[in-house]
Amino acid sequence: MSKDMMPGFELFQPDTVDGAVDLLGRYGGEAWALAGGNDSLDWFKDRVKRPQYVVDLSGLDELRGIREMDDGGIEIGAMTTLTAIESSALIQERYSILSDSARRVASPQIRNASTIGGNVLQDTRCWYYRYGVDCYRAGGNECYADTPEGQNREHCLWGADRCIAVSPSDTAPALVALDARMVVRNADGDREIPAEEFFIGPDIDIERMTVLEPGDVLTAIRIPADWAGATFYFEKVADRNTWDFPLVNIAAAMVVEGDTVQSIRIVAGAVECIPRRLTAVEQAVTGQPKNEETAAVAGQTAIRGATPFNFNHFKIPLLQNLVTRAIRDA
Amino acid sequence: MAYDLIGTDFTPPDIEAKVTGRARYSEDFRRDGMIFLKLLTSPMPHARVTNIDASEALAMPGVHGILTADEVPNFPEPQDPILTNEPVYVGEPILAVAADTEELAADALERIRVDYEELPFTVDPLQSLFPGGPNARTNGNIADLRSGVDLQELKWTAADFAAVEEGQLPEGQPAGEWSYGDVDAGLADAALVLDETFVTCGNSHHCMEPRSAMAYWENGRCHLHASSQSQSFPVPTVARYIGISPEELVFIAEYCGGGFGSKGAGYPIMAVPALMSRKLNNRPVMMRIARNEEYSIGTARPGFQGRIRMGFGADGRVTAVDLYIVQENGPNQGFNDWQSAADAVSLVYTVPAMRFRGVPVLTNTPPRAPQRGPGQNQIAEAVEPLMDKAASELGVDRLAIRRINAPDSTARYGANQGGVTSAHLGDALDIGGEQFNWEERKARSGQRNGSKVTGLGIGTAYHSAGGSGFDGLVVLRPEGKLHIHTGVGNLGTYSHTGTSRAAAEALKCDWADCVVVRGDSRNHLPWNLGQFGSNTSFTMTRSNWAAAMDAVAKLKEIAAMDLGGEPDDYDIGDHRVFLKDNPEQGMSYQAAAERAIELGGKYSGHEVAEDLNPMTSAAAAGVAGTGLVGVAKDNMEHTGTVAALAAGFIEIELDLETGKYDIVDYLGVADCGTVIHPAGLETQVKGGAVMGFGLAVSERHIYDPQIGLPGNIGLQQSGPPSYLDTAATMTSAAVDIADPQNPIGAKGIGEPVQGCAAAALLSAISDALGGYYFNRTPVTADMIVNAASGQAQSHTPLQVNTA
Repeated sequence: MSKDMMPGFELFQPDTVDGAVDLLGRYGGEAWALAGGNDSLDWFKDRVKRPQYVVDLSGLDELRGIREMDDGGIEIGAMTTLTAIESSALIQERYSILSDSARRVASPQIRNASTIGGNVLQDTRCWYYRYGVDCYRAGGNECYADTPEGQNREHCLWGADRCIAVSPSDTAPALVALDARMVVRNADGDREIPAEEFFIGPDIDIERMTVLEPGDVLTAIRIPADWAGATFYFEKVADRNTWDFPLVNIAAAMVVEGDTVQSIRIVAGAVECIPRRLTAVEQAVTGQPKNEETAAVAGQTAIRGATPFNFNHFKIPLLQNLVTRAIRDA
Repeated sequence: MAYDLIGTDFTPPDIEAKVTGRARYSEDFRRDGMIFLKLLTSPMPHARVTNIDASEALAMPGVHGILTADEVPNFPEPQDPILTNEPVYVGEPILAVAADTEELAADALERIRVDYEELPFTVDPLQSLFPGGPNARTNGNIADLRSGVDLQELKWTAADFAAVEEGQLPEGQPAGEWSYGDVDAGLADAALVLDETFVTCGNSHHCMEPRSAMAYWENGRCHLHASSQSQSFPVPTVARYIGISPEELVFIAEYCGGGFGSKGAGYPIMAVPALMSRKLNNRPVMMRIARNEEYSIGTARPGFQGRIRMGFGADGRVTAVDLYIVQENGPNQGFNDWQSAADAVSLVYTVPAMRFRGVPVLTNTPPRAPQRGPGQNQIAEAVEPLMDKAASELGVDRLAIRRINAPDSTARYGANQGGVTSAHLGDALDIGGEQFNWEERKARSGQRNGSKVTGLGIGTAYHSAGGSGFDGLVVLRPEGKLHIHTGVGNLGTYSHTGTSRAAAEALKCDWADCVVVRGDSRNHLPWNLGQFGSNTSFTMTRSNWAAAMDAVAKLKEIAAMDLGGEPDDYDIGDHRVFLKDNPEQGMSYQAAAERAIELGGKYSGHEVAEDLNPMTSAAAAGVAGTGLVGVAKDNMEHTGTVAALAAGFIEIELDLETGKYDIVDYLGVADCGTVIHPAGLETQVKGGAVMGFGLAVSERHIYDPQIGLPGNIGLQQSGPPSYLDTAATMTSAAVDIADPQNPIGAKGIGEPVQGCAAAALLSAISDALGGYYFNRTPVTADMIVNAASGQAQSHTPLQVNTA
């Protein structure tokens, strides 16, 4: 496999979103939308993904920025950098779970170039798949990780369906916890999709990780006012403290009145192909006192049904502990 | 002894170029007409190339040619080849294609059809040793040329593997063994015997600069810009790879973005652009090595599967050791880590009786080569935690158990139990214990703070640190400058300049009047040992001292000749040679240099001693007539092993719920003889520690045993420690006792400062976990989570390449 040298492609640099939508619609599956490039350029340089047409979204100023919405929520342009998000006073004040999660992505240099859209749309990091093997997700008929001696330490606890890869995003669990809406534009216009429904597993489509189809552009992410100023918890455990993907991460938004958890959304990353909303935990915690006992129940609840592979059963106590901490320490 | 230059900091002459980006590494060079090559590498762990059809690629406009294994010098197996028709690891170069642009070369590669016959492969030494197990090479499964183990097949009996299911290393027929003392009695009489099986992971080299190279031919000589941690030493080897004499090679290696042992000597891939250039009518050819290619051809540290039986007296004194190491040695010639590991154990714990057995087994993984502390640092990771375990079981303090076993200058070393030039590990432990405040701090061990628990650790490590018999070359120029020609490479430690200061010290020159000449073989550089093995400080201060002393002798002879008296009547100082009895009577270095040119012969470098290496003689001829030439071979006394030793002390706070920890504080103490360059030493101690942390906990080496694919082909996947994974505070200290066999008392230190830090961190993690010993490196977060939550580890005790 020849590496580190991109093959040729036709590059478009539109100056309007509609222009980008037009190009992506025109070339369909042959086109590739390029945001910060941290995922895309790896694929290109490895010559594993080889689009004929690349549509560079970096010139679209209307896709950048953090805006307050009339309903009290905020809208974040999909091309807003992670650095802008982690340093936004508005986000820090209202949705610190999001700025905290953005701050834990990769490294400062990468966050300077990476966008929120790219972070949630990035492909999985299964090393077999990234290597370029002909696995299910790459259109083949095999999963190399789900084998008797497969090296699957980073892989899933839930949702295995031929593919056992996980969502690598740190911001996606936070967005699902905040009940964010993903604004998608195509030739038919704009549509809003709840973040929870935006991500899809291999049971729905093994070659995609979101509902986006050729011709679609993620233009913005809207965060409703519902959870503004709530009690938040975000924690990521990775091998290294910077420039690494999560082994497991946890994002929780909760409203606590007195010592009682009135409402909560809690989401785990890197345990399934999608950010895993822990609804059973939410049910177990809602209306309960926010204390050690509830936290322990939450942790135990979170891991029910987890199905580990050869090298990833450590994720079960890790997830249990992170959920416990989210309730206990938030 | 008081020095003017030794022991003081200096501004390295190349630092401005490095920090401003003006420094040019091999990939930065351009030449008129330069074209690019790309490598076609094996997609399989072991295969035979049955056919190559490049016709379609060669028909592409702008594609200039291919270079195959049939067109390059070949060497007897299992030596590392340049290109091959029987690849033995994924990523091994099979052929190269050259084109106008790199993109075109990459496109051309995709048009070359290579047919392969798949062959058996293995990524696990024990699998290969099992009866009927696969061999990594067609002609055998064990080899280590450096240890005299030729390529051959070795299979153990099924009965040898009886205890594997219980997690114990099988101990079949070894390929090498030695012993001294009465091991059986030492173990029988011990108050405690630990019997432990362990695994240390292989580690890829991931120097910041990949091993790119550019070459062209001009006036019958091959000009090669290469990434090398050494300057003079690789020249004969690289010339052999290209198929020319050393005199026909111009070797330019002024800057190197890290080597860590992987670029110490010449390596085969350097020859590819040179050979392609020659095939294409001497046209300049750039070979840019990609990061993922670096993870295959860039070599790796061998991994160990080992078993140690270690006896202790009630006071913690080691009574005997029985050590067996199965070394994963890659598919080729490999390296002798297994032997060095055993030697290290004998010295670091002053073992009274020891038996060592081992076998270097070939696997279809990247070629193995030295990596910082090859063997010594792996064994420090394996054995140092066991010292803690013994201390715990015997009720002995963890510092005390190391102190009671620590070598001093009477210690014996290795299989032959030879002597050492000096050893002061006990002093290092004493200094560290005091500065780290061990007695007070150890009370914090196990202290809980919520989910966090404090762990304290100590680690020690060793590496041999010096050679002798190499040459020095200096020129006192008529304009008053001292030119110190050095064949020391630029591996990042500034030892090219640090060791040159020994010559300036000997000649009592102002540093401002000294010029370090290096970086390009056309600069008339002497024959030096390579910059590996922690040897440069000891070796090159000796050879530079020898050259300077030759210059001093010639200064005195010229003064006596012109001013009367005997040479011994004269002394030097203030850039003058003068009568001891009448310092007013003398001559300046400038005048002496001019006289040397007039006198010719040995004074001007036209005549040199016969014991010089031909490279040094040629270098002297190159500078002959430019001043007073001091040139000499280091013939000073050298008996025994030069022992560099180090001790590390660490405090961590480990979160039992996440497996993560913070390194609160780290102290490294070096026994490196006289400190030459304090800032350089501090950087070595701290930088080595950071690399050691990676060795201990984060650097991963992953292979799928079913398909032979590597799982770590990028920096993020391999996991060298990041800035945020290092210690909050780090300090360094030195024993600073002169080595008696070096004229300024210096010896090396680069390697043990890594091993001691790795061992200290492992020790602290086990301490925080209340005495949970992993017997395995790296100890990754998942392993700590498993340990803390009381569940089994994912790997079996002897499993490899799973980290």
